[in-house]
Amino acid sequence: MSLDATPKAIAGTSSYIDDRLGAGNFLKRNLRKVFPDHWSFLLGEIALYSFIILLLTGTFLTFWFKPSMGHVEYDGSYLPLVGVQMSEAYASALHISFDVRGGLLIRQIHHWAALLFVVGLMVHMLRVFFTGAYRKPREFNWLIGVLLFTLALLEGLTGYSLPDDLLSGAGLRITQGVLLSIPILGTYLQFFLFGGEYPGEDVISRFFTIHILLIPGLLLALISAHLILMWVQKHTQMPGKGRTEKNVVGAPFYPSFMAKSGAYFLFTFAAVALLGTFAQINPIWLFGPYTPADISAGSQPDFYMGFLEGSLRLMPAWEINFLGHTLALSVLIPALVPLGLVMTGLALYPFAERWITGDNREHHLADRPRNNPHRTSIGISAITFYGVLWLLGANDEISATFHISLYTTTEVGRVLVFLGPALAYFITYRVCLGLQRSDQAVIHHGVESGVIKRLPHGEYIEVHVPPAEDLAAHIKGKAPIAAVTAGPDGDGIPPKGLRSPIGRLRAKLSAEYARDSEAISLDGGHDGHGAHDEHAAVIAGSPGEGKSIGH
Amino acid sequence: MSDHPTNGVQDTEEPRVPHRVIGTPVQAGQATLGAPPSAVEPIVHEGVEYLDERSARKAERVVALLFLVTFLATVAFIVSYVVFQVGTIEKTQISNLALGGTLSIALLALACGIVIWVRGLMPKYNLIQERHTMATDPEVRRHVNEVFLQGANESGFVKYKLLRRTLLLAAAPLGLLPLVLLKDLGPLPGTSLRHTVWKKGTRLLVEGSGQPIRAADFNSPGGILSVVPEGHEHDLNALAKATLILIKFRPEDLKSGTKLNWTYDSIVAYSKICTHVGCPAALYEQTTHHILCPCHQSTFDATDGAKVIFGPAARPLPQLPIGVDGEGYLIAQSDFNVPVGPSFWERGDAEAEARGQA
Amino acid sequence: MNSITVKRRHPLARFVVLLLALSFLGGTYALLAPGPNQADAASASGKLDDVAEGKALFTAHCATCHGMNGEGSFSKGAASGPSLIGVGAAAVDFQVSSGRMPFANPGPQALRKRPPDWVNETTIRQLSAYVQSLGGGPTVPAAEAVDPAKGDPAKGGELFRANCIQCHNFAGSGGALTYGKHAPALGPATPTQIYEAMVTGPQAMPVFNDTTITPEQKRDMIAYIVGLREEPNPGGNGLGRIGPVMEGLVAWTAGLGIVVLAAIWITAKKRKVTR
Repeated sequence: MSLDATPKAIAGTSSYIDDRLGAGNFLKRNLRKVFPDHWSFLLGEIALYSFIILLLTGTFLTFWFKPSMGHVEYDGSYLPLVGVQMSEAYASALHISFDVRGGLLIRQIHHWAALLFVVGLMVHMLRVFFTGAYRKPREFNWLIGVLLFTLALLEGLTGYSLPDDLLSGAGLRITQGVLLSIPILGTYLQFFLFGGEYPGEDVISRFFTIHILLIPGLLLALISAHLILMWVQKHTQMPGKGRTEKNVVGAPFYPSFMAKSGAYFLFTFAAVALLGTFAQINPIWLFGPYTPADISAGSQPDFYMGFLEGSLRLMPAWEINFLGHTLALSVLIPALVPLGLVMTGLALYPFAERWITGDNREHHLADRPRNNPHRTSIGISAITFYGVLWLLGANDEISATFHISLYTTTEVGRVLVFLGPALAYFITYRVCLGLQRSDQAVIHHGVESGVIKRLPHGEYIEVHVPPAEDLAAHIKGKAPIAAVTAGPDGDGIPPKGLRSPIGRLRAKLSAEYARDSEAISLDGGHDGHGAHDEHAAVIAGSPGEGKSIGH
Repeated sequence: MSDHPTNGVQDTEEPRVPHRVIGTPVQAGQATLGAPPSAVEPIVHEGVEYLDERSARKAERVVALLFLVTFLATVAFIVSYVVFQVGTIEKTQISNLALGGTLSIALLALACGIVIWVRGLMPKYNLIQERHTMATDPEVRRHVNEVFLQGANESGFVKYKLLRRTLLLAAAPLGLLPLVLLKDLGPLPGTSLRHTVWKKGTRLLVEGSGQPIRAADFNSPGGILSVVPEGHEHDLNALAKATLILIKFRPEDLKSGTKLNWTYDSIVAYSKICTHVGCPAALYEQTTHHILCPCHQSTFDATDGAKVIFGPAARPLPQLPIGVDGEGYLIAQSDFNVPVGPSFWERGDAEAEARGQA
Repeated sequence: MNSITVKRRHPLARFVVLLLALSFLGGTYALLAPGPNQADAASASGKLDDVAEGKALFTAHCATCHGMNGEGSFSKGAASGPSLIGVGAAAVDFQVSSGRMPFANPGPQALRKRPPDWVNETTIRQLSAYVQSLGGGPTVPAAEAVDPAKGDPAKGGELFRANCIQCHNFAGSGGALTYGKHAPALGPATPTQIYEAMVTGPQAMPVFNDTTITPEQKRDMIAYIVGLREEPNPGGNGLGRIGPVMEGLVAWTAGLGIVVLAAIWITAKKRKVTR
């Protein structure tokens, strides 16, 4: 049974709307908009849906939460804290957890969704980076993404502080210490943020406004812009059969992509609901109320701030006093430099790459990470840098769990933070080239068929068959890396722009960036021992040539 | 999006598309007739894959079952909300499990149902759409440019110099107003970071119980207490700077870094606020006499004036001069002689100044 | 192609292989990790008075490190131990009943383990009596002094947060100290052992004597600690109650795992082609 005419209810409503908004043209263009299918294209949706869940659960929480630092004596359901002095914020967070039905569940879902939001942002960003999907024309969207990431960290920090428990208070205290270390403005910034001396009576209510209004508003606006740009520019696609820079191949928005997206929202929600049900997160009642006099072992921030915690732990003591002023470099450097490196590096990368390669074309086919070894190596090395700092943010847990000396973990970290990225770069580069060669082998020699043949002279070989059409198309989607031509261009004179010192640097960088791109060619008959022909012969069933395949 | 003919698109399999697929175009050209700037109509690329009727029926049954599960789980959620009350930890645990479990099942079953619906019942095919460069064509750009120039001239912004300049003059301070308004966010620091509430005669109280400490009672070497100033037991602003760590040593353990005339009977008081970023440096090992800050692991030697022996802190924990009052209770002899806690711009080398005064 | 070959090329095969490899690694580690040693099975017997009997036990099991008369041995080497004069019966009861002494495994600190077979209530009492006779010191608390039911957990919680959690963590899950030492988790400690640890300051732990933290306050803290570890985790699995490190790990593994598997399923190509 199929639908022959649009049901009256829908037809009526849609013409009512169309009469007023003229939505028909929009729908005509977009209902069947094509979305490429690849699992990694859904990673960004994790962040998007987590954000929606955060808005929903966060709204619920605000109905009971009291963003006040006024003192109260607790008299709720959690007996081990009854009679204890605490802030209203903490008391109301306890009230949500123990005296509101579903309150604990929603609080936990909110916190898990916050973690998944940042996880989603990170993996999505990595996907975009490693496939080169930030290239022209998508630089704006990349920048919006970097901004979203920064705001997400701030949103997390402000939200984490709201319950005013002992653990979040430690985070707030560190924030204050970092603020104080800022030259010239530091003390003023601290006094303005906290409304006076630390901890004061204002910071929770101020963070509350920032957390539930200011940053979510910005996030919402930027996410909308992000999606609109994606929609207008159309999604990138993986190389494959029939896919070119000029087209987009995939499933239509209506109905299949719409249904899949809906299902994916539900999956994301289900994932955080499962976590909220079965994994306890941020048990504030165990931490106790905040007081600047106490601290717990294993005081850590949420994972996305872990790299800052790690870099603070890693830094050796260094402080400069001059003319009655103090420069607390052992706070300033670890608090600002890694964050600055990561964020600035992310923001500038598309532009740096375009400058180096001189590539001004539009790119809609995603790169496979192996096919741009320098980019991939830079990415992995940045991940290693971040990862070492992050790991060091948990060095006390590592030390306590595995009984490794605490200082050893710090000292190893101090070396690894420099050595790790360098090693990662080198290894990744080799791995990329290796993977390119294995692609080359697939194209030139085919894939193992599992069929063993005996040649007339007695040798056994495994027959190779050409790779499946879609696989071959996927591999052959490799695009050469562009380079500014530096070398003698026929007449031996480099182009004008490359003669200055900066120009020469650019030419060198460019040559290095594109190195090995052409060397591992996917076109026929390269390696001189005629393997290509052998396979054809074997496959054609005329093994009389009498040579081994050896692959 | 501008209009382009859809030639060059692989539509070889298009005739195989069954006519039942709603929205699948019959012909490539047809879609673009009439309305010139309309979108490019997608073209079917690969053949539609249908499951045979039996598999489809089977998929439908599975989907229906999953949707039914969602319905039941949702009902169970509502029932759980009514049945399971909160009010104790055990009750909250059961309520959380019931509400979360039913919610998770409801969401998961619905999600799985929709995916099986898409994969098992909707036709699977690929569409191809053309891409066009993002840039508008030169003709349009030129037109926009002309319109811009015309408008700029009509406005007179270029022609009337006085207007232009006074407008800029008016706009510049307007942007500053929000910053000015933020001034009352907090008082100015002044010298508040240099002082704590400790003064001569303030008794030392045990944190948590609020009892004063008789020096004679604090007599076990290797003992440690967290200490707050009398009268400020719950004043967080005061505690953020004034909290102490009080340690009892054997006399022979103390080294030259510790100011002996600021101790009483080998009891030493250090600021508990780490000089790195201000966490309470509270972790004390009586065997090594190390004070360790659990946040960033700055380590101080408690026998030697709390000098830094590891970690990012650059300065020792300040020592508070203590003594006893007439009843034998521990009291402060004065405030700290240097600012406690993390470094700040205006701090300077307060230790050197203090040495100079002494 | 045989079925193994087909399965080997299944898109999920690599994940399965990875899982297998990881579980193999974990299993191997668990097998090879050092376990508790079997101590000697010497057993004391006889009906002499406790001090004399204790001295015999001491000579047999403790004197190698602590000296023939408990004066300690300060030689640099494995067999050196602190003087036991004045540590009191409470220290002996804590160390021996928790299996920390006799110190069997070389390492930065003595760990809780199953006590050797000669250790029982009687031998501990005898050994304690002997050490107490050497120079006094804190005694083993009466059962009533450590009864959690008689303490006020809310008051104890405040003292616990002020004095204990910087090393033992907010839920008594333990934490790191310097040079490979760690503050142990409080889970297996009996109320008596908790009390004894506070008054004697075993190993790196500082002393909290009865004149500054009163016995009643100690009982409040015991009430809080015992309540804490018996308290269920209302929000699901407690994840070790060690804070955000574990939560981040779970978000990246379980959380991301679920949604990525869902993404792979949603976008997977249908392998069966039916027309």
